[in-house]
Amino acid sequence: MLRASLRQVSAALKEGQVTPTELCQRCLSLIKSTKLLNAYITVAEETALKQAEESEKRYRRGQPLGILDGIPIAVKDNFNTAGIETTCASNMLKGYIPPYNATVVQKLQDQGAVLLGKTNLDEFAMGSGSTDGVFGPVRNPWSYSRQYKEKSVPKSDSEREEFKWVITGGSSGGSAAAVSSFTCFAALGSDTGGSTRNPAAHCGVVGLKPTYGLISRHGLIPLVNSMDVPGILTRCVDDAAVVLGSLAGHDPKDSTTIQDVFQPFELPSLPDVSKLCIGIPKEYNAPGLSSEILSVWSKAADLFKNAGAKVIEVSLPHTHYSIVCYHVLCTAEVASNMARFDGLEYGHRSDVNKSTESMYAATRREGFNDVVRGRILSGNYFLLKQNYENYFVKAQKVRRLIANDFVKVFGSGVDILLTPTTLNDAVPYMEFIKEDNRTRSTQDDILTQAANMAGLPAINVPTALSERGLPVGLQFIGRSFQEKQLLTVAKWFEKQVKFPMIQLEEVKGA
Amino acid sequence: MAAAALGCGGGWRRAWRRGLGGLVPVPVPVPIPIPIPIPIPIPALVHVAVPVPACRPPRVVARNAGGGAVPAGKSGLAPWVPVVGLEIHAQISSNSKLFSGSQVQFAAPPNSLVSFFDASLPGTLPVLNRRCVEAAVMTGLALNCSINKKSLFDRKHYFYADLPAGYQITQQRVPIAVNGSLSYSLCIDNKMSQMVTKTVRIKQIQLEQDSGKSLHDDSRSQTLVDLNRAGVGLMEVVMEPDMCCGEEAAAAVRELQLILQTLGSSQAIMAEGQLRVDANVSVHHPGEPYGVRTEVKNINSIRFLAKAIDYEIQRQIEELENGGTILNETRAFDSKLGCTVPMRDKEGMQDYRFMPEPNLPPLILYDTKSLPANVNHQQVVNIDWIHERLPDLPSAKRAKLVELYGILPEHSFTLVNEDGLTEFFENVLKQTQMKPKKVIGWILNDLLSYLKQHSCTVKESPVSSVLLADLLNLLEKKEISASAAKQVFEELWKGEGKTPLEIVKEKQLQLIEDREELEQICQAVIDEHEKEVMAIKAGNQKIVNKLIGLVQRATQGRSNPVLVKQILEKKLSE
Repeated sequence: MLRASLRQVSAALKEGQVTPTELCQRCLSLIKSTKLLNAYITVAEETALKQAEESEKRYRRGQPLGILDGIPIAVKDNFNTAGIETTCASNMLKGYIPPYNATVVQKLQDQGAVLLGKTNLDEFAMGSGSTDGVFGPVRNPWSYSRQYKEKSVPKSDSEREEFKWVITGGSSGGSAAAVSSFTCFAALGSDTGGSTRNPAAHCGVVGLKPTYGLISRHGLIPLVNSMDVPGILTRCVDDAAVVLGSLAGHDPKDSTTIQDVFQPFELPSLPDVSKLCIGIPKEYNAPGLSSEILSVWSKAADLFKNAGAKVIEVSLPHTHYSIVCYHVLCTAEVASNMARFDGLEYGHRSDVNKSTESMYAATRREGFNDVVRGRILSGNYFLLKQNYENYFVKAQKVRRLIANDFVKVFGSGVDILLTPTTLNDAVPYMEFIKEDNRTRSTQDDILTQAANMAGLPAINVPTALSERGLPVGLQFIGRSFQEKQLLTVAKWFEKQVKFPMIQLEEVKGA
Repeated sequence: MAAAALGCGGGWRRAWRRGLGGLVPVPVPVPIPIPIPIPIPIPALVHVAVPVPACRPPRVVARNAGGGAVPAGKSGLAPWVPVVGLEIHAQISSNSKLFSGSQVQFAAPPNSLVSFFDASLPGTLPVLNRRCVEAAVMTGLALNCSINKKSLFDRKHYFYADLPAGYQITQQRVPIAVNGSLSYSLCIDNKMSQMVTKTVRIKQIQLEQDSGKSLHDDSRSQTLVDLNRAGVGLMEVVMEPDMCCGEEAAAAVRELQLILQTLGSSQAIMAEGQLRVDANVSVHHPGEPYGVRTEVKNINSIRFLAKAIDYEIQRQIEELENGGTILNETRAFDSKLGCTVPMRDKEGMQDYRFMPEPNLPPLILYDTKSLPANVNHQQVVNIDWIHERLPDLPSAKRAKLVELYGILPEHSFTLVNEDGLTEFFENVLKQTQMKPKKVIGWILNDLLSYLKQHSCTVKESPVSSVLLADLLNLLEKKEISASAAKQVFEELWKGEGKTPLEIVKEKQLQLIEDREELEQICQAVIDEHEKEVMAIKAGNQKIVNKLIGLVQRATQGRSNPVLVKQILEKKLSE
């Protein structure tokens, strides 16, 4: 039952094959038995069971609130949840219990979804491994799959299993692991430079980053306001469409959401791609792209060709500037957004009390990790009066060029872009931490970031298993607010590739 | 500039005393250890010398205070020219804050009007208050500004306890209104009859958030923060340095205050911190670049504004005359000592690290021409619509008063500048047959001087417009004399609830109607003043007035002077 898709389990609830409480309890017990994955920071067992009970009453009355009623979901721990601790995996917010719900959380609850808990991430979502939070790294459930073990962990070498576990990618690694290990049916992530798509690719799940402005950011603790988007992680494309339908639309509390009314949609059961033009951006054949992923990518292009779609190579010439541009814009906004964490109104406050300034300094030193402090430092440097023009303004101009690249390509008749999501499959943790966070983020965000710069919708679709038995995903990038077309293509593709289900064995550490 | 807690010491001190008195407990005391209250350092900018365009009339440099240069001292050089510019923060009169739904209210219990956004809880976002935008557009139009159809919001960063987000949302790059002007009048040498009109250019008006208030408790080395004011909408009005003395600045601010109050865009009460004025002051010799400027803060009344500026001008001149230099610094006005003192600035210049506010799209305003069809009118602000509905501004009101009632222009100033006086005047007119020109004398000479003497506002006057009208009607119908009327007014001021007629009867102040009685009194006066009578008979007619006065005194002001004169003249010619 837990391996079903959201739509399947919703049907089962409706038919009474399972009750919301049973479903919730089974998820909670799976969360416990997979604790080693470290996917959850907080498990809201009590409130979840209460919500499930409420849902059960509605089902008994024959008045469920809709397809999400009674569905166990998880939410990344950078969305505010009223009454439930929200930490951003940082000492700064450890113990912080928000008084309000993020709009997306409220919408899920209003539709009867059951919130199981808050998922792990890199501190303040700064990272690409889900390894840099104060609650420790998230382990990729595929580390404990038969597929991975057979290929990469020789039986005789089982004592080295602990050494071989792979990362989830990030920063929404907890959400990706939660969906991938069947502890919930959908999870919310956030996506600023690829933070939803990257872990989705490594964990073999669907990861949707909607168009900027389609879903409210109210209550999402920001990384980069001008790029942040709530992300959706599910086990299939149809489920992503369901969750999108329940979240999208104008929010008076977020002035950057579009005013137009959003019409929830269902995807055609037999999608047709024969009339489409698929663009293959040559710049995405980036240095460091593994030959394995390159071959998966080109096979995917062939699939479209064979289905009658037009497949053409296109150029997005400013792509390789996106990393450095992102670095400036991201750190500048981070420096600004983090200014509120001064220990006065909420969050950690240092005991140092010689003066206000020394208290601020100690609070922020104790509250933030090196990555966050490093970004604050560089961001403030870029915003200094003498640097603003040379860095921030220039980066904004480059951002415009990157966005224009997409405008041109989509204007030339291309409907959807097809790219890899990551350069490689997931690497073992011990290997990942050899490089620092900045280097890693730079490498890992390279294929996903440009979509954030341009505000475009993009989705990771699990495509194949690598030679090491780990998931490889491909990314589709669509036109602004054309989620329906994007998801239709993704669904068609999903049907073609028949990505294998994870054969999760007992999760236990050495 | 930062709407720091600085310009409003009076406000928080009052609140603090309440707190100490135990009347209003501070519910969310946020103790922050601060050994000494540290003002937020706001670096003053150096005046940039701008070549004076040919079309601008050259500055008059040989006048005294009241508009002009200050004579040079012992240096013997050309006289000093003071240059004064103002930055004015006007709190927008609105029900809710600039970016949140919290209520705006003066002197509410501490931290009782704080939304999640105001406390900068993580994840909260600003939502622009339409009313604040309209208030700024209205103010911009009234100050002859061009309204920017697209303006932007920026973040200005600095760490301070009463700025929870660590930045203030303001309009640094493209403000909502630019390039306006304000005309104001002032009298020269304190003579009401010599009024001159001057104009100060308005550089810009920007929308921004107010900060909270820090209450420094030195004895316990802690600071308490009240966030009720945090996020309240402000209009910062930046005036170009077109003024040259305290009096000019005071007159300009008074005129701005009247305009804001007329528009209703701000209550603009300085004592309540709704209008906060910072003055940039420098002095230089004519023909030379502007001098280094200081910024004077902590000014909480118009009277103190004039004092602070004039003190600062004098201080700078003396400093320079004595071979010193002027530091580019922020100074606070100490109203008790009547001088400015340097504020403890942090070392070096603060870099505010401005950046665009990413959570607010550009603010787009429309006019009737650019207004898109099928638009939800709740979603847009139409500049033309606001323009058409602007109320009469003080200058127009004055012109109307002069035209309608034939009063002198300087009288119209007093009427308009004194809160509620125009209404009082017009109410009296409605209820009396007396000519406006005569009524204005009673309003300005009698009512106003009583008000001033007792430090009362017009609203607090014990003599209502009805009572004054009744009194003036008695005078007009010649039932009492002018001097009796003054006595009645004095009685009325006591506020004992008597009507003028009752007072007249009680004090027997009605005119003596009986001609015979009056003739007897006149005869008695003539008999007792032979010397004067001789002089009159010798041709000095002026002396008649003295006799009239004596008759008045004898009748306690109850005689009609015209009639008395008639009788006297007749008797003297007999």
